[in-house]
Amino acid sequence: MTQLLLFNITNGLIIGAFYVLMALGLSLILNLSNVINFAHGGFLVVGGYIAYTITPYLGFWGALLVAPPLTAVLGLAIERALIRPLYGRDPLYSLLLTFGLAFIFEDMTRFIWGAQGLPVTIPAFLARPLSSEFFFITGYRLFMVGMVIVSVTLLFVLLRYTRLGIRIRAGTLDLETVSALGVNVRMLRSLNFAVGIFLAGLSGVLAAGQLGLEPTMGAGLLMPSFIAIIVGGVGSLTGTLLGGLLIGVASGVTAVYFPSASEAVMYVLMAVVLLIRPRGLLGEEGMLT
Amino acid sequence: MTGGEGARKLIALGAIWAALLLAPYWMPPLGGYTALGTRVLVLGLAAMSVNFLLGFTGVLSFGHAAYFGLGAYGAGLALKFLAPSTPLSLICGMLVGGIAGAVLGALIVRRRGVYFAMVTIAFGQVFYYIAFQWSSVTGGDDGLRGFSRQPLDFGVFSIDILSNAENFYYFVLLCFALAAAAMGFVLRSPFGRTMIAIRENERRARFLGIPVERHIWIAFTLSCFFIGFAGALYALLNNFADPKGLHYSQSGDFVIMAVMGGMRSFWGPLLGAAVFVILQDYLSSITVNWMSFIGLLFVLVVLFFPRGLLGAIRRKVQA
Repeated sequence: MTQLLLFNITNGLIIGAFYVLMALGLSLILNLSNVINFAHGGFLVVGGYIAYTITPYLGFWGALLVAPPLTAVLGLAIERALIRPLYGRDPLYSLLLTFGLAFIFEDMTRFIWGAQGLPVTIPAFLARPLSSEFFFITGYRLFMVGMVIVSVTLLFVLLRYTRLGIRIRAGTLDLETVSALGVNVRMLRSLNFAVGIFLAGLSGVLAAGQLGLEPTMGAGLLMPSFIAIIVGGVGSLTGTLLGGLLIGVASGVTAVYFPSASEAVMYVLMAVVLLIRPRGLLGEEGMLT
Repeated sequence: MTGGEGARKLIALGAIWAALLLAPYWMPPLGGYTALGTRVLVLGLAAMSVNFLLGFTGVLSFGHAAYFGLGAYGAGLALKFLAPSTPLSLICGMLVGGIAGAVLGALIVRRRGVYFAMVTIAFGQVFYYIAFQWSSVTGGDDGLRGFSRQPLDFGVFSIDILSNAENFYYFVLLCFALAAAAMGFVLRSPFGRTMIAIRENERRARFLGIPVERHIWIAFTLSCFFIGFAGALYALLNNFADPKGLHYSQSGDFVIMAVMGGMRSFWGPLLGAAVFVILQDYLSSITVNWMSFIGLLFVLVVLFFPRGLLGAIRRKVQA
């Protein structure tokens, strides 16, 4: 029983770490540009399929290095062409637009790569379990968690110590003032969007190694990221981090005792948090309400 | 309001009702079929319910499919387990959707804008998972089957709405008319005017002493009652309730219908629903990639038709 519980808590943490990676990208875009990016799951899937396509030429490590930036470039193009005209309008419009994009992504990946699931080969030494006692921890899972920790750390360093990051954080609080101080807000939004999509692409490659690829997987991973953001508090990246880990562990633990509710427990958690702290765990007064 | 505008409105209203009343006669020659018209009415009512909140209170709910689907399951379960009565199933569906909306609405009315949208989406998905997982009651992924709409029994005579598609169309049209009248009545009342005041300037409304949260909660609850009713009709139309009807992608369909038809107008969502339903019906019959085309429709409407069809027409007329 302890073994099982431990297994599921670890499992939950790993899944939670993964949600964090995806939710942070969503959260970045939401905070600065007020855009709920419904296509985020679509970008994730595209990132995964790009990795699948280039793995035969560059190997897994090459794909891991190349696929996320390529996804970010696609994101940048879409931001420039389609989302930019919608800034400053009712958030309804960008929501609907990305919603439509999610349809197009899903259908196009199905059209190009087929509807059946595709496996992605990962290096053999990562696929092995660490030891017979902890059979459930494969090297790949540890690697995933490691990647998440590294990218989250890098993201927080970027936001705290670089000029771009400081501007992004300032823009989240008051974009108008930032603009009045002479910062190119359009550029800022584009770069911020690209960083968010980069994270989606990275999540896609990591997910592909663990789960394989399917055109519909993006939609399934999107909702937990939403909940992570709401639980953590809209406007707070640390909150998103906390929220993602929390719902991951909660659904992992529930899987032990009440497997059919492991998905529903996230929603229960969200309802409880909203009842006690209407702005989410770390959401503050005055941030996006 | 000038006399000319009043007359134009009357003519438009007459044209809408004439088209709806005669639909079973003019649709088949144009390649449609009566059940398609019924679908337009039901989904149009759902889109109008969403717009009641979106267009007239300015609150973006992206999870209304949940209450639509709850209405459908409520009606289906009532027919299956309670009593074989069509009116009873409609009332049950409406109550299930509306009460769920009232409870959840109390949790979320304090949020605004994108936060409100996200919370409504997430809460909407709860019901999707319940319907999906609780298969002993809901039928799970296969949906709820094993019920069918019953003849309307008036004691001395009864009307067959099961096998006769035209009778069912007129029954749905009657329900639609009642719901639309109720909606119009609310919107013309002082309460409806207050909703519009909140949409236009929430802070000012608050300064005038209007309890904004309570108004939004009531508007949210009412719109859930309306959409629950539409969901119940949908279950009767298909003799089937589907977990997909609860999914957020269905909410997206409702919102795009409202936007495409024209958010600021009462009848816009019905027009949007007609265009959407017919387009979807047509596209899925000619291409397997219809999903991309629907996605493209979303993109095009947002970029080029944000005011919707009626908004664009109205501008032309006024210019």
